Amino acid sequence: MAAIEIDGITKRYGSVEALRGVSASVERGEIFGLIGPDGAGKSTLFRILTTLMSADGGRASVDGLDVAQEYRKIRSRVGYMPERFSLYLDLTVEENLKLFATLFHTTVEENYALVQGIYGQIAPFKNRRAAALSGGMKQKLALSCALIHKPSILFLDEPTTGVDPVSREELWEILGHLKRQGITTLVSTPYMNEARLCDRIALMQEGRFLEVASPSAIVARHGRTVWAVRGDRMSRLLVDLRAHPAVETCFAFGDRHHVTPCPGATTRHLREEMEAQGHREVEIQEIAPGIEDCFIRIAGRPDVKDE
Amino acid sequence: MNVITTELLTKRFGTFTAVDRVTFEVRRGEIFGFLGANGAGKTTAMRILCGLSKPTSGKAIVAGHDVATHPDHVKRHIGYMSQKFSLYEDLKVWENIRLYAGIYGMRPAEIKAKSAILLRQLEFEDGRDKLVRSLPLGWKQKLAFSVAVFHEPRIVFLDEPTGGVDPVTRRQFWELIYQVADRGITVFVTTHYMDEAEYCDRVSIMVDGRVEVLDSPEQLKKRFRATSMEEVFRHLARGTTRS
Repeated sequence: MAAIEIDGITKRYGSVEALRGVSASVERGEIFGLIGPDGAGKSTLFRILTTLMSADGGRASVDGLDVAQEYRKIRSRVGYMPERFSLYLDLTVEENLKLFATLFHTTVEENYALVQGIYGQIAPFKNRRAAALSGGMKQKLALSCALIHKPSILFLDEPTTGVDPVSREELWEILGHLKRQGITTLVSTPYMNEARLCDRIALMQEGRFLEVASPSAIVARHGRTVWAVRGDRMSRLLVDLRAHPAVETCFAFGDRHHVTPCPGATTRHLREEMEAQGHREVEIQEIAPGIEDCFIRIAGRPDVKDE
Repeated sequence: MNVITTELLTKRFGTFTAVDRVTFEVRRGEIFGFLGANGAGKTTAMRILCGLSKPTSGKAIVAGHDVATHPDHVKRHIGYMSQKFSLYEDLKVWENIRLYAGIYGMRPAEIKAKSAILLRQLEFEDGRDKLVRSLPLGWKQKLAFSVAVFHEPRIVFLDEPTGGVDPVTRRQFWELIYQVADRGITVFVTTHYMDEAEYCDRVSIMVDGRVEVLDSPEQLKKRFRATSMEEVFRHLARGTTRS
């Protein structure tokens, strides 16, 4: 039995189609990522799966329980960390954790082992009110509260948004640790480079799953050559590369530009042409595409774009 | 010529030193990346530079004005945009432009002419009468940025402007940033996307209230023998004592 089954879920807010029939199944013990920008429908799907909202169409089950029929049972088995901090600001760190344990008919002591690694880092501030915590500490408290009843499935809606790269890395280490304890995690993120830390991902845009597969399978399906190009004047180089007939698409990727060349193009020829246009120190290297390359490519496909 | 000059800029809240003797300069027309871990003091420093908070000690001159003694002069010569709040959702596109331009004292005829040019440049003439609420996030962000520089400030502060935006729009947004910098407007930007740090002329990284390093991405990578800004950031932020 899969941990989560999603079958043709739709949801509409007035004239906005938030979910246009998404389907996937999340295996037990998996870290499954929803990867996509704001407005893709990630939070709506979270609310439906955690039974806070009903779908308009389709079916879904969590831990083998139907989200429409058996929502009460689901609520006691899942942990949910919404995107917006939603603990009690007037309560202290420790009071928040105790409250959540009590609501789920358990005690902090009973499941402390599960949260120790996370809660231990904020325990020195246990008498501080939640309102006075830094962003990173709030997040650790929220995760501790979502875990204190030992859920079988954890729902984390954009836990790393607005968080610095080091704290992001720490959070992913925690998720790996929870996985080893058998917890299934559904996690959403707008940071494409976090996709590779998931077992499987759904690339999401405008209410649709564009692809559902392991990160390596999605990269393998990219199917085109990608060149990383650099030169002495990067913003000018971007314009000139885009205008060149051998270049199908070109996007900035940090200190390189990623080019999808037209069939038959060669790196040597393109380098010479760029040098002829006055660019110096031009380097072109074939590279393996990343998830962000794949997302840009799939999202720009005519069949996706025109709908 | 410098658009920002700070000297031993310090902000204390009780016993906590949020910004600790920070000294740096930002040059005219440069794209300046202001990075740091959560809690490093970026937001506090940025609030001081925008004239919203007074330093405890030290000095900051922004766009030629002292933030402590003339915060209102500072506010008049800067632009500001954040991810959290940008435009009024209940107003139409043109109403937002007129409101902001009016606040900065631009004349109606000037606002009208410049709005038309702006919407044409953005290829967004059809959007003029739309409610901002109805626009996709990517458009809101591009528009918010254009509004923030509409009064031709000397410097624009961007606080995580691309958070949550799709990868293509994120890149289009940076192309707008380049255009604005080419016009001579200094861009002061915070981001958690380390690939965007590479697009800056110079980058500073704050750790525990201090500016730990300040240089071009290339020099920083060389100095820390790193292949990316992400590595440089990790190297520095690992040493933080507060987060």
